Amino acid sequence: MKPSDYRPDATDRRIINALQEGFPLSSHPYAEAAADLDLSECELIERLARLRKERAITRFGPFFDAAAMGGAFCLCAMNVPGDRFEAVTAQVNAHSEVAHNYERAHQLNMWFVLATETPEGIEAVACAIERETGLEVLRFPKLEEFYIGFRMVA
Amino acid sequence: MNLDGTDRRIVEATQSGLPFVAQPYAEIASSLGLEETEIIDRLAAMQARGVVRRIGVAPNHYALGMTSNGMTVWDVEDEMASELGAQVGRLDFVSHCYLRPRALPLWPYNLFAMVHGSDQREVEEKRRVIVSLLGPACRGNDTLYSTRILKKTGLRLARKGAGDSNATVRGES
Repeated sequence: MKPSDYRPDATDRRIINALQEGFPLSSHPYAEAAADLDLSECELIERLARLRKERAITRFGPFFDAAAMGGAFCLCAMNVPGDRFEAVTAQVNAHSEVAHNYERAHQLNMWFVLATETPEGIEAVACAIERETGLEVLRFPKLEEFYIGFRMVA
Repeated sequence: MNLDGTDRRIVEATQSGLPFVAQPYAEIASSLGLEETEIIDRLAAMQARGVVRRIGVAPNHYALGMTSNGMTVWDVEDEMASELGAQVGRLDFVSHCYLRPRALPLWPYNLFAMVHGSDQREVEEKRRVIVSLLGPACRGNDTLYSTRILKKTGLRLARKGAGDSNATVRGES
C-alpha cells in the first residue's frame, strides 16, 4: 500500500482519533459527532470525505464481525520454497475464501486467513490448497481472542 | 448466518462505508425501501449482539506513518496464557491478540500479538515491553515482519439472488 501525499492536519487527526471510538446511531450523526469536536456538521462531512478520498482512512462505517454472523475463520501458514513463491501465491489467492495473505520473513513465509460460511468449509479449502500445491497448510484457529480494540493515535 | 434478509441487505449496503450526507441512515433506508428508524434500530440490535463491532473510521496505518507491522508470537505457559493474553491485548500498541494452537516442532508459539510502529526499531521497543510483561511465563518469542501484502479484501457478503438466505463471508477486515 502506498502512502498518499496528503498529510492530515491537526483537526484531521483529532477527527481520526475521536471517530475510532464510535459514531452515533441517530438521525443526524455527523452533527452530533461534530458538536463533540467543536466543528460544524459541514466541515466534518467534508473532512471525512477528503480523508477517505486521500486514503488516510481506509473505511468509514460499521465494522462487522463475520464470526458473529455465523462464519468461520482460520489463520493458516505455509513454508513455500522460494522458487515457487509466485506460483503458489496465485494458487492460494485463487480461492475466494482467502481473505488476506501476507508474505512474512520466516521459514513459514506465507500467512493467510481463510473465511468460510461454515467450520467445515475451512478444512475443505485448506485440503484443496494442500492438494493443489503439494505443501502442508498449518492451521492456527483462534482459541481465544483478547480484543480490546485498537486505537491508534493519529 | 445469523442474519435475516433485511439485516443482510443492510450489511451489504453499508459494508463499503456510510455515505457522506447529513442523514446517512436515511439515505441507506431510501435505497433499500425502508424507514430510517428501522436502519438505526437494526444496526443497534446487531451491535448489541456483536455482529457490528463498532461504527467509525479505520485509519490507514501507512498513510499516517505507521509503516511497520510485526506479528509477535510467544510461547507462554498454558495455565497462564488466558490471563497474560488479556494483559497483552490491553496494551495500546497491540491491535489484535489471540491464543492459538502450537504446531510442534516447527511452531512452539501459542500467543499472537500484532504490533504497529513507524519503523522496525519502534516495533522492537514495543516487543520488549511485552517481554517484561510476560516475564518467566514466556519460554521464547519471535517477530514476523510482513514483507509484502499478497491479498487483502475486507469483509464481503456476496450478493445472491432473491430468496437465497445464505450469505458468503469473504473475510474479516
